[in-house]
Amino acid sequence: MRAALFVTCVNDALYPRTGIAVVRLLERLGVTVDFPAAQTCCGQPQYNTGYRHEAEPLVRRTAEAFAGHPYVVTPSGSCAAMIREHYPRIGRRAAAEGRGGELAALARELAPRVYELTEFLVDVLGVTDVGAYFPHTVTYHPSCHGLRGLGLGDRPRRLLTAVRGLELVELPGAEECCGFGGTFAVKNPDVSAAMGTDKTAAAAATGARVLCGADNSCLAHLDGLLRRARSPLRTLHLAEILAATEEEPLS
Amino acid sequence: MSGTYLGMPAFPEAAREAVRDGVLRANLRHATHTIRGKRALAVAELADWDRLRAAGRAVKDHTLRHLDRYLLQLEAAVTAAGGTVHWAADAEEANRIVTELVLATGERELVKVKSMATQEIGLNEALQAAGITAYETDLAELIVQLGHDRPSHILVPAIHRNRGEIRDIFRTEMGRWGRPAPEPLGDDPRELAEAARLHLREKFLRAEVAVSGANFMVAETGTMVVLESEGNGRMCLTLPETLISVVGVEKVVPTFRDLEIFLQTLPRSSTAERMNPYTTMWTGTTDGDGPSAFHLVLLDNGRTDTLADPVGRQALRCIRCSACLNVCPVYERAGGHAYGSVYPGPIGAILSPQLRGTADAIDASLPYASTLCGACYEVCPVAIDIPEVLLHLRERVAQGGPVTRDGIRVRIRPAHGHTAERAAMRAARLLLGHPGALRAGERLLARARRLRPRRLPGPGRAWTDSRELPAVPAESFRDWWAREREACR
Ligand code: SF4
Repeated sequence: MRAALFVTCVNDALYPRTGIAVVRLLERLGVTVDFPAAQTCCGQPQYNTGYRHEAEPLVRRTAEAFAGHPYVVTPSGSCAAMIREHYPRIGRRAAAEGRGGELAALARELAPRVYELTEFLVDVLGVTDVGAYFPHTVTYHPSCHGLRGLGLGDRPRRLLTAVRGLELVELPGAEECCGFGGTFAVKNPDVSAAMGTDKTAAAAATGARVLCGADNSCLAHLDGLLRRARSPLRTLHLAEILAATEEEPLS
Repeated sequence: MSGTYLGMPAFPEAAREAVRDGVLRANLRHATHTIRGKRALAVAELADWDRLRAAGRAVKDHTLRHLDRYLLQLEAAVTAAGGTVHWAADAEEANRIVTELVLATGERELVKVKSMATQEIGLNEALQAAGITAYETDLAELIVQLGHDRPSHILVPAIHRNRGEIRDIFRTEMGRWGRPAPEPLGDDPRELAEAARLHLREKFLRAEVAVSGANFMVAETGTMVVLESEGNGRMCLTLPETLISVVGVEKVVPTFRDLEIFLQTLPRSSTAERMNPYTTMWTGTTDGDGPSAFHLVLLDNGRTDTLADPVGRQALRCIRCSACLNVCPVYERAGGHAYGSVYPGPIGAILSPQLRGTADAIDASLPYASTLCGACYEVCPVAIDIPEVLLHLRERVAQGGPVTRDGIRVRIRPAHGHTAERAAMRAARLLLGHPGALRAGERLLARARRLRPRRLPGPGRAWTDSRELPAVPAESFRDWWAREREACR
């Protein structure tokens, strides 16, 4: 099995550990990982802020970078949702506005080949026990795009409960948004921080040592709040927990 | 208080105050979480909820597609039943029609059924200017009116108030409007409700004119429908001699049978009740029973312009249940007033910029008053894809584009104040359009990683005011991959 990694721009520049963890994890499960170097960003920040025209070249770039790869895996629910939900729509709108049908075809063609990491593990590889070891108490925040956009359901939790040594504790109000919301975090900083503070308070009250998520953008916001408050709670991407083993623990 | 609230500060500034108001946040959190939980239970009781939701959506979409036909059918049915239909293109026209109708009766005061449409057009203020006093009879509206306040929720306009605050308002203000509150007055809900009942009874018994809205209008029969919980609306709808109903054109449904859907979905979505306690229906006039004169004012006020937009028009399906407000994490922190309109929360964020346009600062900021978390779409009983409309309106604000204003298709320019943002988006696209440039940028960032400031200047300050920046890694993923993998091939 071969799969192409769409690492996403945020992970590439700020959270390379997440990308590295995905590579280690997939290779451990017998998957050959490709990294098409032409990839950059899915265009979500532009599109979600209202700059659809600015997003179009990135839709094209992403679709072209992954042409010919039957499986594209990404450790970000919101980027997966962007490609699956919005790429076809952006393509259709571009075609309707007379900028050629080619973008529409590219976008439509890519959408069904893109998998969020937990979907790829559970649905394509058919595993829930990935052989990980992580002896800590963990609580999980299912980001909105994973929860409602992609309908990831209990996939992440099934993967986490199969990790040896890991104790999963429920996060009260888990389905509530953390307040990141892309540019919302800077356009409405007060509301954003208020939402995030409620989320981190709920996470800290569980007694968990690690707040886990599957989207580093949400985690960057929550982690920023936790560190400003000097909280001992740390954030970790799900991929890093799943990549950790007894022989190769998380550094 | 004003019906339109234009000239309000943009959402982020208006929300800032609310976020800092601990009492307000506690009131809102308590109220929205309680109703949210109850709604979920009430909805879960119906095995066919998804089908009801789809049916409600389909009926509304069908009606909107043939709105002209159904409105004419409605007009004919209302007229045949002894009512009079008036068409109002905008708020000003609607206010003028109602004012003239009231003045013609010789009355100078009237009672009101809670209605979003009359708030939208600022009817009470317009009547006041003509020397007519309108008394709100819905308990929550009464609290808002007595408190010289603005409503902050569609269904529970005084949701931002707690019992102690309400007691104080009743004590100081009731006497100025009519029967004073009994002394002593505590903050027990029953005591407060009794004070309101006594105060309002005097108004009901005296009133000759009533003004209402309607939740639905049935085209085939000309029937108006109001759903409520208290029964005060029914008093207004049955006791006075003249009844004037101001209703948005989108409230029409084709047949009586269509009500079957909404009489199930609306109460469960809004108050988490299986059925609302009072459903009042009236069709024209009947001799010796109820009002002897009935006027229906059909309000457009931006609705047909909204209808012309293929993406945005779904907002007109709204049945004003307020479920989207109660699940919205932004509404919960920002409060209803920050939305600068009688329609707060997620529906307000998509409806106001369509009804009013995006020229004003508050309207241009509303499409951004959401994290796009999708909770509103999930609960909406007529399946309005609010995030989709938000994105569509953001595009209108950031890029400009075609809109319909007063029936004419025009291209609007991007809203003011987005120049810096647009430049940043362009710069990002240049960087992201070239992986080599991105790689160089990442290396530059990595080299400067020790300089990571605690506070950023400019727009970045909004992040660092309350959050630390992420640590910049020594090496990007791209570079790691090249070093680890490509080197050995
Ligand atoms: S948008 Fe939907 S959920 Fe919100 S008030 Fe309207 S009908 Fe209710």
